[in-house]
Amino acid sequence: MPQFRIADAPRLLGAGSATARLLACGVAGLAVALAACSSPSQAPSTSAAPEARTLTVFAAASLTESFTSLEKTFETQNPGVDVVLNYGGSSDLAQQIVNGAPADVFAAASGATMKTVSDAQLTAAAPTVFATNVLQIATAPGNPKAIATFADLAEPELTTVVCAPQVPCGAAAAKIEQATGVDIPAVSEEPDVKSVLSKVSSGNADAGLVYVTDVTASKGQVQGVSFPESAAARTDYPIAVVKDAPQAELAQRWIELVEGADGASVLGAQGFGKP
Amino acid sequence: MSAPTAPIRRPDRRHEETVGLPWFVWIPAGIAFLLIVAPVLGLVQRASWSRMPELLLSDAALDALRLSLQTAAISTVLCVLFGGPLAVVLARSRLPGLRTVRSIVLLPLVLPPVVGGLALLFLLGRTGLVGRALDLWFGITIPFTTAAVVLAQTFVALPFLVVSLEGALRTAGRRYESVAATLGATPGLAFRRVTIPLVLPGLMSGAVLAFARCMGEFGATIAFAGSLQGTTRTLPLLVYLERETDVDGAVALSLLLVVVAVIVIVLGRPRTAEGVL
Repeated sequence: MPQFRIADAPRLLGAGSATARLLACGVAGLAVALAACSSPSQAPSTSAAPEARTLTVFAAASLTESFTSLEKTFETQNPGVDVVLNYGGSSDLAQQIVNGAPADVFAAASGATMKTVSDAQLTAAAPTVFATNVLQIATAPGNPKAIATFADLAEPELTTVVCAPQVPCGAAAAKIEQATGVDIPAVSEEPDVKSVLSKVSSGNADAGLVYVTDVTASKGQVQGVSFPESAAARTDYPIAVVKDAPQAELAQRWIELVEGADGASVLGAQGFGKP
Repeated sequence: MSAPTAPIRRPDRRHEETVGLPWFVWIPAGIAFLLIVAPVLGLVQRASWSRMPELLLSDAALDALRLSLQTAAISTVLCVLFGGPLAVVLARSRLPGLRTVRSIVLLPLVLPPVVGGLALLFLLGRTGLVGRALDLWFGITIPFTTAAVVLAQTFVALPFLVVSLEGALRTAGRRYESVAATLGATPGLAFRRVTIPLVLPGLMSGAVLAFARCMGEFGATIAFAGSLQGTTRTLPLLVYLERETDVDGAVALSLLLVVVAVIVIVLGRPRTAEGVL
């Protein structure tokens, strides 16, 4: 019996090289596999209780403690609803939403990252600011280097770590440096605020610029030193319902919880400021 | 179904080609190949070619490229100097417990690099086991220096060199060394004049792989060395940072890494690609 060899297809088409053959086989194979996977699953629509719903919330990593606590409140108030929280760097989350990730709510740690989503016309309504955050100096517990002011960070003997200016915490640090004229000789510009925190809590840096809420969340592993200049670079936290959210109504209720009295007290306990 | 046209045979390059591969090998092989090629094509189609020169010639990009090439080169030399002898010990000595040693050597290959970076930090960091002594006695601190980048890269790349060189040593066997010994060569002379030339291709391919791994190192570097332009911010670290604000920049730098990787593979190809590893 004549044997049909799919591998001959590219050669018949005039592509003789191994590359073309492998590519053709890959495309053919993937097409079959994808067709098998993407056939609509016929879920029985009558068995589940009508209230079993899932609300997907994309939130900045700095909101982890607050939103995890609010999740319990929300699930008690709305029986049958499962809140799925996806924490990450705000810009990563924004990129994911722009690329089609299924989120109902987006809570960002900066106006700029929220703008990525609203510029792509992917917010259902204009975002509202629900909290603010300011920088604090993180030091080892007990503050052994006796750092008291922002200007102390200019001391070259001090090993200081900051965020890179490309990320919100670094942009805030740079803004304060500019406003005060203090130049911090940082030994490292980290890609996110948790990396700064870990360099301080592991004892490898004397000081780091992080958010007040990071110091609270570190539970005593670092000590925070407030400085008045931090008010010059307050970070806004906007929240919005994502356009065409599968659970738009629940999403709105989540935002009401976050912006209401419950939200304010939880966020306040973590060190967030009022909008 | 009609019989396919007779396969066109190129002038006989290799005798083995007369036995064809069954069709069911080609499809998964093709999918595997596609999985590697397609994402790179994704990068290419996302690139903004008009901004490319500006993006690649920025100070930050040039500093990162220079730092990456320098540190990867130094780390590769360290891998050869220290990993080479380790491979010889693994392949040729008869110490008890060698199997355990071999498994441990493979650790950096299977550990997430960021774990390696943390491990280095807790050993050599300012409060680490060894790092504290270095700081107290000599005033040396390793984190946040270029040396930390080199250490992190050497840590993750060592197994690549050791594994490929050990394989080459085992394939080469000991026959020629035995002959050299019967002809009166000392172990040292036989090693230098017989063993090393014999495994040189394997050593080269191992070094190429190690260099490529160093160029791509991210997790251990960010955890152990930090990120500062010109000192510790290598190309992958810059890519990670750039994507926060400028996706075009991140894509351009990613393509630069792809080009460097392709050059490295082509240069080291003769044996690497022919299945010596």
